[in-house]
Amino acid sequence: MTDVTAHGEDAGQSALPAWSLPKDAVDRIALPWQWPERVTRDWALGGSSGKGARVCILDSGVEAGHPLVGDLESAVVISIGENDEVVAEEDTEGDVSGHGTACAGIVRTLAPECSISSVRVLGSTFTGSGAILLGGLKYAVEQGFDVINMSLSTTKKPFASILHELADSAYFKRTVLVASAHNMPVESYPWRFSSVISVGSHEEDDPLAFFANPNPPVEFFGRGVNVEVPWLGGRSLKVSGNSFATPHLSAICALILAKHPELTPFQLKSVLYLTATNVGGGK
Amino acid sequence: MTEKSDLRAAVAAGVGGSEESFRGLLAAIVEVARSIFGAKASSILLLDEETEELVFEAVVGEGEDSLLGTRFPAGKGIAGWVLATQTPLVIEDVQQDPRFAKDVAENTGYVPSGLMAAPLMHEERALGVLSVLDRPEQSLFSLKEMELLGLFAHQASIAVDLLLKARKANRVLEQSGGDLEVVSRLAAVVDGLEEDRRAAGLKLLNDLAATLGA
Repeated sequence: MTDVTAHGEDAGQSALPAWSLPKDAVDRIALPWQWPERVTRDWALGGSSGKGARVCILDSGVEAGHPLVGDLESAVVISIGENDEVVAEEDTEGDVSGHGTACAGIVRTLAPECSISSVRVLGSTFTGSGAILLGGLKYAVEQGFDVINMSLSTTKKPFASILHELADSAYFKRTVLVASAHNMPVESYPWRFSSVISVGSHEEDDPLAFFANPNPPVEFFGRGVNVEVPWLGGRSLKVSGNSFATPHLSAICALILAKHPELTPFQLKSVLYLTATNVGGGK
Repeated sequence: MTEKSDLRAAVAAGVGGSEESFRGLLAAIVEVARSIFGAKASSILLLDEETEELVFEAVVGEGEDSLLGTRFPAGKGIAGWVLATQTPLVIEDVQQDPRFAKDVAENTGYVPSGLMAAPLMHEERALGVLSVLDRPEQSLFSLKEMELLGLFAHQASIAVDLLLKARKANRVLEQSGGDLEVVSRLAAVVDGLEEDRRAAGLKLLNDLAATLGA
C-alpha cells in the first residue's frame, strides 16, 4: 500500500492520513520542529498587534463604531427558522445589553489590529435563547474564526452533548473557543469541556497577566475585576466578572495566533501554559 | 396537568405555606443582601415565562414603594443578560448606561451608580435575578464579594423555587373549581395536629385510602 486512504472530513484534501499512519506516509506529515529552547512571552506574542487574527464575539451584539471598539468585520443576529434551521441575518440593532460591546472593547484594547465580528445570540426572545445560543455557535464555527469569545454558558443538560460536539468540531477546525467559567455552584457548559479554553477571574490590574490553574476544570485566570470597558452610547464603565476575564484571554490568543498562525488549539493551550504569569512567562 | 398531580398540588398548597409567607421570605432575603454588602437597595426579579418579562417581586431601599410588581422585557438590559447567560456580573457607574436607566429608573427616578447582579438558578432553570444596587463608593469590588453574591443568590433561589411551587399549587387549586379544596384543607389540618392526634388522623386517612382501594 503506497497511499493513505482518506477517511471522513478530517482527512483533508490530498489523502493525508486520517485514522492510521502507514510507514511511507510519515514524511508527508512533517510539521514545524524548530521550537524555541524556551517558549517565552516575547516569542509568543512580542510585537503582535493581533493583525490577521479573526475574533468573534458571541454575545449580546456589539455597538459598531464605538470609539473603543472601532469597525466590525461583520455583525449578524441569529434566529431559528420554521424548519429549525439556523438563520443569520445582518444585525441592524446592535448591542441589546452593553455586554458584548464591553467584551469587544477588551479585545480591541489588547489586540488593536485584530478583526472583530459580532454574532448576536441574545435579545430577540428569552425562551428560545438556548437553541439560538447553539445555532450561533454553530454559525461561528462554520465561519472559521480563529477565536470565538463565549462569555456565557448554559445549564441545560440536553444542550450539553450538542455543545460538546460543536466544541470538538471547533477544536479540529483550528477555531479556539474561549469560554467563561461559572462562579456559582451550578453545572454549566461549554466551559467544562477540555476542548475549550476556560477562564475565571483574577484581581490583578495588569490586563496581560494570566494564570494557569493546576486544578481544572477552570484552566486559566484572566483579569476580571474592576475592568474599565466601553458600554452603550459611546460610554465607559467599570465592571467585574468572569465574563470580562474571558475576552482578556481571547485577545491574548489573538495576539499569539496572529504571530503564529500555524498553532493548533492544543498547541496554543500549551503556549498559554508555558507563558502564564505563574509559570514564569510573565517575566 | 394530570389529576394525580392536581391532588399532589392540593396537598402541597395545604401544607406548603402561603404566598404571603414566601413573600416575607423574599423580603427578608433582599434586606439581608442589602445589609451584607452595605448597599442602598436590593431587589429580586422573577421571570414571567408566559409574557417573557422580568417582574420585581421583592424590593428594599430606594424604589421599594413603587417598583414592586413592575415589569420589563426579559431579553434586554443588564438583568436580561444575567438571566439569559446565567452569569453574575458587577457594574459600577451604571447611570452612564441609558438602557439600564430605562429598565429600572423609569418609574422611580432612582438611577443607581452601581449594580451587582446574579442569576437565581434552580437546577437547569433560570428563575430570575438578584440585584444589589449602590455599594459604598469608596470600596473597590473584590472576588470575595463575587463569591458571596453567588452563594447568597444560590440560597435565594431555593426560596424562590418554593414560592413558585406554592404559586403553582394554588393555581391548580383555583383551576380545579374548588373540587380539590377539601384535600388541601385536610392536608393542612392533619399537618397542624399535635403528635398523638396526628397519628390518629393519619390512621384515619390510611383507612380511608384502603376503603377507596388505594
